[in-house]
Amino acid sequence: MIELLSYDFMVRALVAALLVGLAAPAVGTFIVQRRLALLGDGIGHVALTGVALGFLTGTAPVLTAVVVAVLGAVAIELVRARGRTTGDVALALLFYGGIAGGVLLIGLAPGGSNATLTSYLFGSISSVTTEDIWVIALLAAFVLGVVAAFGRQLFVLCQDEEVAKVSGLPVRFLSLLIAVTAALTVVIAMRVVGLLLVSALMVVPVATGQQLTRGFAATMLAAMAIGVAATVGGLTTAFYAGVSPGAAIVLIALGGFTVALGVGRFVRRGRAREVTP
Amino acid sequence: MTRSAPAAGAADPPRPAAAPPAFAMTGGQVALDGRPVLRGVDLHVAAGEVVAVLGANGSGKSTLIRALLGLVPLAAGTTELYGLPPARFRDWWRIGYVPQRLSIGGGVPATVREVVASGRVARRRRLGRDRAADRAAVARALDAVDLGARAGDPVGLLSGGQQQRVLIARALAGEPETFVMDEPTAGVDAGSQRHLAGTLETLVGQGRTVLLVAHELGPMAPLITRVVELRDGLVARDGAPDGAPGCHPHPGHEQGRPHAYGVAGGPLTPEDRG
Repeated sequence: MIELLSYDFMVRALVAALLVGLAAPAVGTFIVQRRLALLGDGIGHVALTGVALGFLTGTAPVLTAVVVAVLGAVAIELVRARGRTTGDVALALLFYGGIAGGVLLIGLAPGGSNATLTSYLFGSISSVTTEDIWVIALLAAFVLGVVAAFGRQLFVLCQDEEVAKVSGLPVRFLSLLIAVTAALTVVIAMRVVGLLLVSALMVVPVATGQQLTRGFAATMLAAMAIGVAATVGGLTTAFYAGVSPGAAIVLIALGGFTVALGVGRFVRRGRAREVTP
Repeated sequence: MTRSAPAAGAADPPRPAAAPPAFAMTGGQVALDGRPVLRGVDLHVAAGEVVAVLGANGSGKSTLIRALLGLVPLAAGTTELYGLPPARFRDWWRIGYVPQRLSIGGGVPATVREVVASGRVARRRRLGRDRAADRAAVARALDAVDLGARAGDPVGLLSGGQQQRVLIARALAGEPETFVMDEPTAGVDAGSQRHLAGTLETLVGQGRTVLLVAHELGPMAPLITRVVELRDGLVARDGAPDGAPGCHPHPGHEQGRPHAYGVAGGPLTPEDRG
């Protein structure tokens, strides 16, 4: 571990991994509760168009990705809230449009090819710059700040939208807030695990946490702990084993889920015995 | 404000005349997918009334209370909450809504206490910490539905009747003036129904307004001060709960009559049961 910290690029990568490990499961808890587990994937695909747009226009791809991902997330939310189209169809439409747009635009960019997109699709955490770290830290602070400040309201919203409305909550604002927060999370995580695996960090730690916990707050805290363990553990493994960090992170998270599934069965069996005397 | 609907409780609410009614719908029409569900409903509910909305499936009961709360838009007519249209109403803490069932969000567990405490959200400032008043209200709400011992359990593990009680406790926790309950007894066993009636009795004793939708009143029947029966999106009957809707072809006859007679849970007609 000490050896790991003697490389500057690894220190930067570890900071990025830590921030992503905290932020993605925190937002993911609300998204899973809202039955929009694939929202992160949908936004991820759209963000690819944003990345390609950055290369085409000579702008920083992270910035264009933020803009396009936020617009995509707002579009998903509006389609979901207004239309009769269900959320999953709206997401499917974005999947196709996002990938096609990204491939088309990168082909038009000078010197761009599909290979340019690969580092965004699968992550390139070891090439994170100090500047990137600042952007990631800022976005992560915003994401965690939203969860802390609006957590109770978002809990009511994700539980039952009509009850939220009758409680006088600003339902449309909160729905957009959660979509935008998810979009920012996707862009932060893009550098760490890649757009194709972003959603795994928003969903898998939550699925793991809920095997072991009884409550919502407990699930969120467990998911954040699991998220950090997976990102930092995966990155360390990748460093020593020489494998792709994004893949290692996701596979460790999935391994944790499998273990939790077994442990959770015992926990629940004990709980059922407690509940039914 | 003119009263267009005959109301059994019209003569007796001990409130200043200036206080607007909790609910006031005039000529309310609602269409869902182009199909008319409410076809011109007048309903005024004064503070302190305990009103049961009865009717067959598809008669528009749930749509009526959803329209009263502003959850579905009116195609024609007006509706007001405490004198304001729902879009301009701000004092939502005055309303405690108990939906038909608990939608347990996508598998993320929540404890009974977390769900009940979320009923305080209309009263709590965004950044406010758990204040003592909040904790006390949540504890009282849990006690009122006799779920204090289950506070730390995931709601998903409770039976249907217990989940219904969690929803009622969530509304109780907000300490509202008016309760709106959509079929609080649907799928609830007889013991839980009696328990619910006991909780309701306490609320009524405190002078709270209650508007509930039901198929059968069961043990709640003695508490009801007024029955509104819907048929095909229209008010077919509005008056004291005498258990024999056929006896009063002209609902207006009941106006001003004391509503304390014949409420001992008389059998509902087949139309009532739906």
